[in-house]
Amino acid sequence: MTTTLLIEQTLNGMQFGVMLFLMAAGLTLVFGVMGLINLAHGSLYMIGAFAAAATSAATGSFALALIASLMAAAIAGVLVEMLVIRRLYDRDHLDQVLATFALILIFSEGTRWAFGSFPLFLDPPEILSGTVTLPFGIIYSKYRLFIILVGLAVAAGLFWMVARTRIGIQIRAGENDREMVAALGVNISRLYTLVFALGAALAGLAGMLIGAIQSVQVGMGEPVLILAFVVIVIGGIGSIKGAFIGALLVGLTDTLGRFLLPKGFGLVMDPASATTVGASVASMAIYILMAAVLIFRPRGLFGSA
Amino acid sequence: MTDPVLETRNLCKAFGALEASKDVSLTLHSGEIHALIGPNGAGKSTLIQQIAGGLRPDSGAVIFDGQDVTALNTAARARRGIGRTFQISSLATDYTVLQNVMLGALGRRGNIWRFLRSVMADTTLLAEAEQALEQVGLADSRAVRASELSHGQRRQLEVAVALTLKPKAFLMDEPMAGLGIEGSARMLSFLDALRHQAPILLIEHDMDAVFALADRISVLAYGQVIASGSVSEIRADPIVRAAYLGDEDAA
Amino acid sequence: MTRETLLNLALLALLLLIPLAAWALDEPFLITLTTRAVIFAIAGIGLNLALGFGGLVSLGHAVFFGIGGYTMGILASHAQSYTPLAEWPLLIEGTNSMPVIWIAAILFSALAALAIGALSLRTTGVYFIMITLAFGQMFYFFAISWPAYGGEDGLSIYVRNRFAGLNMMDPIQFFAICYALLLATLFLMSRLVRSPFGLALGAARQNTDRVQAVGQMPYRLFLTAFTISGAITGLAGALFADLNRFVSPTMFSWQTSGEIMVFVILGGVGRVYGPVAGAALFILLEHLLGGLSDYWHIYLGAILLGVVLFGRGGLYGMLTGRQVAHD
Repeated sequence: MTTTLLIEQTLNGMQFGVMLFLMAAGLTLVFGVMGLINLAHGSLYMIGAFAAAATSAATGSFALALIASLMAAAIAGVLVEMLVIRRLYDRDHLDQVLATFALILIFSEGTRWAFGSFPLFLDPPEILSGTVTLPFGIIYSKYRLFIILVGLAVAAGLFWMVARTRIGIQIRAGENDREMVAALGVNISRLYTLVFALGAALAGLAGMLIGAIQSVQVGMGEPVLILAFVVIVIGGIGSIKGAFIGALLVGLTDTLGRFLLPKGFGLVMDPASATTVGASVASMAIYILMAAVLIFRPRGLFGSA
Repeated sequence: MTDPVLETRNLCKAFGALEASKDVSLTLHSGEIHALIGPNGAGKSTLIQQIAGGLRPDSGAVIFDGQDVTALNTAARARRGIGRTFQISSLATDYTVLQNVMLGALGRRGNIWRFLRSVMADTTLLAEAEQALEQVGLADSRAVRASELSHGQRRQLEVAVALTLKPKAFLMDEPMAGLGIEGSARMLSFLDALRHQAPILLIEHDMDAVFALADRISVLAYGQVIASGSVSEIRADPIVRAAYLGDEDAA
Repeated sequence: MTRETLLNLALLALLLLIPLAAWALDEPFLITLTTRAVIFAIAGIGLNLALGFGGLVSLGHAVFFGIGGYTMGILASHAQSYTPLAEWPLLIEGTNSMPVIWIAAILFSALAALAIGALSLRTTGVYFIMITLAFGQMFYFFAISWPAYGGEDGLSIYVRNRFAGLNMMDPIQFFAICYALLLATLFLMSRLVRSPFGLALGAARQNTDRVQAVGQMPYRLFLTAFTISGAITGLAGALFADLNRFVSPTMFSWQTSGEIMVFVILGGVGRVYGPVAGAALFILLEHLLGGLSDYWHIYLGAILLGVVLFGRGGLYGMLTGRQVAHD
């Protein structure tokens, strides 16, 4: 095991983490501001990926695909918010879970009907393919580095928005006291739609970015959604900082776990068993992490008490 | 002087810089009604929570029935005999009046870990429940859903449930709140008689009720007990007047 | 007799008459279909205890379904290959005796529910929902990555397990066993919800402060309900594995968790027989709509959305009106 390999895997972990952050940020904002749990967030991720793949196939332009994914996800988000989500703000969590689960069914099957069951492919653009040489002689995929940078930029943008802008103030106020904010004359309806659309766009962006590394297919969103939930549990609901740190923790734990655990087991077992046992334990690593956080901090690392 | 049924010793609780309870020491003796009054924000709710078990004090002790219960949770204290009613009615709203009271009777006996017998057919529990309902005057409403009760009836139900616990002391948080003239009068005479069953530590804003009912009054302001004594003593106390009315009127 | 009781009896009668008729007409497919409905009903009854009566939105209940299924799969596969599960420190051999498998499935599911519940119930609200979902996913990935029992491809069991002297490969006989278990589960649930425990659990669902004020701990009530709930769903899992003679990680998936929840919702949350109606309705929809279109899940989604947004309490709610509280 070389240091370069370890650093490469760490970077992969960061890339995974940053992508999870994009998903988790939207989810935690929606929950923090509107008190709504949205299972259909994974569908928005999927829509972003499909829009990008379709646009890329039609035009060959990655930039257009990026724009398409953001727009498609945001528009889908706005439509869903206006038609369905709006009716759920006053309902209990069970109703929210069921209704958004129904949306997953509709979106997944709808996408399968429109695009078929076979995966689509999205290629990264010329300027981002290939590798780049980083300090210490590490050779890393240009595209993955791009993802990390985009993710960090978005994180910075979100922190700035929440801390410095008017919308940010409204969001923070809304998280604390919904009724008060409405009573103060802020257009709550518009704020909610905006927050939801923002979350959707972030999900769509994540879907599109990952779509170029993995394939674009129906059902790609839900596993990521569940991981985003793990991130939120670890980081604490409503906290973007928590989502960021939680996402990095999860990303690194998962990637490094898959890399190091089989090797670790290899020290005490034969190679074949070590790979199997290592892979199995690695697949559970982040859930074990989540369970550990839960034992000591039932509200997550940065959640409100 | 017999031992108090309930006693707090130097309870202190701070939320950051806010000292919600500062060295609060109170006693509640058998057969008495001890009223706790004070302006808004004085820390009455925080104090009640520390006595009932929902909030752990930073320092100090709660002694109930001769035992230090400071480390016990709400449920354990309730089982020991602290009968609490809530400021904002806290009932099982889908259940009927009878079911709510049966819950109390069941809770006291602790036999909830029975899975196969029918609880509403348990004649012993039913008898206890009926007795409590009779005492508060809700027997005719036994089949009404709690959510459909009037405000005053909910208050009565709260007390009924507390009764089934056969408590050794009552902790009542504004039982008169929201009751009309008739309801208040009824509650007043009811509480007057109740003190003989178990002493009552009472938080109230209704001054007429307080002066009519209380054997002793303690005044809480800014987290501290600023005065404690009989009705006439408190009425005459200039510090109390200042706390309620402001310094200008103290003279 | 209340409308609810009438509906209960009608459902039970329907679920009995259809397979009998199918048996007489030699249509084994219908018998199998009804058996599926019965097994799903049991799974839903399990979830309903935690969800409907306890108010615990468990989005990972498929965990128990899967554990029950894999208990059966593991025991039966070792039986059919004549190799023991373990030789040290105890000799554990496989078995294909149904009662033994059921007991094992119930036991392991209960243990898992106790562990997951103990951890998850330290939280409330959305945290609880997300955590139960996450644990479900954990088991799913573990099952995929553990190659000994088929991994992603699943595990086939060639012969149905044994029960006394009956021929379990005969659809109607297997149905009879499942139906009997459904009746037993329904009986247990009816007693449970009317019991002291049921009263306290329902109160905890409505108002935890109230329960504490009467001297009980909501956490213990919820954990007990969750454990029993997991055990029942686990039994269903074992039966399901027997029905299909196949177990796969899909039994742990979030989709399966969602489906079990759909059974409960369609029928009416918090009604003892609700999941029976819901499962039957689901199978009916799957059969009818699935025949119309490959993409029938869109219709299922639309129906579910309609029920949640506009329907009042599922089938039972719509047909029998507001629930009589804890009769």
